[in-house]
Amino acid sequence: MHWVHASAFLVLLGSGLVLYLPSLAAEIGRRPLVKDVHLFTALAWAVALVSVVVLGDRRGLRATARELDVFDADDRGWLLGRRAPQGRFNAGQKLNAALTAAFAVLLAVSGVLLWLGERDTRFRFDSTIVLHDVVAYLSVALLAGHLYLAVVHPTTRHALRGITVGTVREDWAREHHAKWPTDAQ
Amino acid sequence: MKDEQRVGRAAFLGVSVAGLSSLVWGRTAWEAVSGLLPESVGRVLPQPTSGWRIYTVAATMPRIDTATYRLHVEGLVRRPISLALPELQRFPVAEQVSDFRCVTGWTVENVRWTGVRIRDVLAGAGPLPSGAALSFVSAERPYVDSLTLEQASLPDVMLAWGMDGRPLERPHGAPLRLVMPRMYGYKNVKWVERIVVTREPVVGYWEQRGYDRDAWIGRSNAA
Repeated sequence: MHWVHASAFLVLLGSGLVLYLPSLAAEIGRRPLVKDVHLFTALAWAVALVSVVVLGDRRGLRATARELDVFDADDRGWLLGRRAPQGRFNAGQKLNAALTAAFAVLLAVSGVLLWLGERDTRFRFDSTIVLHDVVAYLSVALLAGHLYLAVVHPTTRHALRGITVGTVREDWAREHHAKWPTDAQ
Repeated sequence: MKDEQRVGRAAFLGVSVAGLSSLVWGRTAWEAVSGLLPESVGRVLPQPTSGWRIYTVAATMPRIDTATYRLHVEGLVRRPISLALPELQRFPVAEQVSDFRCVTGWTVENVRWTGVRIRDVLAGAGPLPSGAALSFVSAERPYVDSLTLEQASLPDVMLAWGMDGRPLERPHGAPLRLVMPRMYGYKNVKWVERIVVTREPVVGYWEQRGYDRDAWIGRSNAA
């Protein structure tokens, strides 16, 4: 799920920037082709996400979704800057997941509206392009923060191992995710 | 665990609903906010509703050699002619500042255009009385769009070779583009290489795809 979303986002961002930035648009041209890349990547992304849910470990996904959804007193304390023991996901990761999902919905809906609006003016709204662009900026900002914490920041970057290899060091998990049951680690 | 709250789903739904509702208020809000910001701050921020976007429909953007370029005027005329850029520039120079509004929702304000009025270009060819419309054929095939003679005679319609004090640049349609500020951008044909005088306005590229032929800003395309 994570890597389907990540790879699709990067392709969509790249092709989207070519469609959006005048200098890139003039340099690369081939707008119809780039548009097709953007559209078919979006379609492939949607199909892949649905496939992961339908064919994948649905019980695991449901459990993960619940973990991401539920915030307890420790999570609220953590968000206020207090040191509070965290579960498998800390409150920041939970918020990142919620925002990423909402941004994906907004980009998908506004993207479909842009596509439909080009074919039928009844689907054309003045604000569609504002929504698509602003959410794209916000997504890049969110991704930048996410990448900083996952790849650069010394105390958190061990988490990168969790999403790539699937395991993390026990001492690191105790320190950063104290409420994550040890048997799950 | 006591004191649990479903913050994740609330955040997801809240952001989604707020975002979707912005389809109604987004543009107005953005313009209100960017109007409040000092200009120096506004310049470095992304501008989803202003600033040029370069739309093309063909696989490659036309690259026209200004030295050999000729504008052809033909169709229902007494005498088909073709004009090189220096010849176009010998006509009385038209200058205007107008806004450029795209149907997809962005606007560039106060664009300074330099060029020639269409009647001056047509005069040498002599349109026949049966001619009532003009097709503007782009070097970017198959892009074409049209105006009635009446629309093309409005005082702020021109063929521009200059933009903001510089020669028109390739992404903006160099060496010559149509400027029709009262209609949406898709009427403003770039890379114009042929003007054909016709009885009826032809159905333009986007009009074949459902957009209005009379693309008046604010009064067309379900605006």
